[in-house]
Amino acid sequence: MNPDIYSEIAEKATLSGILIGLSLVVAMYSTWAERKVAAYIQDRKGPDRAGWGGLLQPLADGGKLFFKEEITPAHAEKFLFILGPTIAMTLALMTGAVIPWSTEFSWGNSVINPLIADINIGYLYVLGVLSLGVYGMLLGSWASNNKWSLMGGIRAASQIISYEIPLGITLIAVFMISGSLKLDVIVAGQMDGYWNIVLQPIGFVIFLVCCFAETNRTPFDLPEAENELIGGYHSEYSSMKLGFFLFAEYVNIFITSVLLATLFFGGYDIPFVNDAKLTENLGMNTMAVLHFLVLFIKTCFFIFLFMWVRWTIPRFRYDQLMDLGWKRLLPLALFNLLITGFVILYFFN
Amino acid sequence: MEFLTDKAQPVNRKPMTFWERIYLINIFIGMWITLKHFFKKKVTVRYPEVERQFSENYRGMHILNRDEEGRENCTACGLCALACPAEAITMEAAERLPGEEHLYREEKYAARYEINMLRCIFCGLCEEACPKDAVYLSQSVVPASYKRKNFIYTKEDLLIPFPKKETKE
Repeated sequence: MNPDIYSEIAEKATLSGILIGLSLVVAMYSTWAERKVAAYIQDRKGPDRAGWGGLLQPLADGGKLFFKEEITPAHAEKFLFILGPTIAMTLALMTGAVIPWSTEFSWGNSVINPLIADINIGYLYVLGVLSLGVYGMLLGSWASNNKWSLMGGIRAASQIISYEIPLGITLIAVFMISGSLKLDVIVAGQMDGYWNIVLQPIGFVIFLVCCFAETNRTPFDLPEAENELIGGYHSEYSSMKLGFFLFAEYVNIFITSVLLATLFFGGYDIPFVNDAKLTENLGMNTMAVLHFLVLFIKTCFFIFLFMWVRWTIPRFRYDQLMDLGWKRLLPLALFNLLITGFVILYFFN
Repeated sequence: MEFLTDKAQPVNRKPMTFWERIYLINIFIGMWITLKHFFKKKVTVRYPEVERQFSENYRGMHILNRDEEGRENCTACGLCALACPAEAITMEAAERLPGEEHLYREEKYAARYEINMLRCIFCGLCEEACPKDAVYLSQSVVPASYKRKNFIYTKEDLLIPFPKKETKE
């Protein structure tokens, strides 16, 4: 076999390792940030005992989850019960593979593109994997053999299916502008022209609302609904299996925030700066780091937005959720698609 | 309809306008409110390092007082134990021997004086009953403990130190 293949495998494996590590660390510190944001919004100080400003709190929480007693309910379907959190976690970590994290950088003699899977259906893959994640919840909740869990699982499934449709239709408008499903092409298009938030403001709002629903965050956290369903799909889970579910949620928030930044806020584009000129001055590697940092800052803002909304808005009622999804967002998304198509056809053709 | 107070406000049952039905604007108003709270002064008191200031007549942990020469005020009359509605105070009296005048103010003193802080309801009746100004409720809180027996405070725990030291109270 060609030795290039080995080096390529090594490169991709390293990149995936870094991505998984990054996702987990960000998810870990999202739990800390969530508690801090909640506390600050409620005029409290939040965790500040473990480490400086409570920065070691996620480690303590993780350790606690590992050492908790692990209970499998007697009437649970054992195999699926374990499969549930596994699927949730695996799929949450898989999504980041097609995201362009930064521009190319040189390492030794080779030029490495920090895009793990350069597949031409790009975003379609993300959509598929994100919505597959509901299988984790659905299987886990069904296998728990608990009616509250099952209700949570059913809610999760119907919610994600309902919101997938306006989400997909909104994205068609974005793809019509960029002319590609590949995320790096979409980012490149935004670097040359305007960010998609300027071109697609309605699309952005619909996409944002759908993202909240897809990641099961308040105001759409009906699958877990503590006070109606006692934790919903994960009420029978304990120890690290529960930890996996919670972690998968935060990983999903991270990835969704990256997608929001990539699709609507120019990805790793540095605003008000001519990137090509800067690359000539600063060199490829510095620029790659800068680009990554810019993307990361945008992502952090969206993660904060997720938390900010969570601690502001109460949960929707189930029929309101369905009403919003099917009767409001879907027609609005179709209208948006129609307008976008019309403008592209008559003014830019 | 007659209202009991003048604070009653009629419920607004007008149908929502278009902008209210869109709901997004109200979400932004709500988010602006929470953002303002984000930067407000926090009410949290970081307890072990910072202690909350109690009011001046706060009734906390008991102390047993001494007079100016450092002699115990308590004469073991038992009025505090009698006044105690929770029966938290136990005492045994003893007679002052010659040569102990510098320790006890009067001829009788409490050889044993115990307060069970788990029974105590901090009503302050012992403080009121005491004719000798011996028992007072201080500003400090009874600290938590893992064992019940640690909540039975003996005379040594309750007596204020002499000569008076600066204690962090």
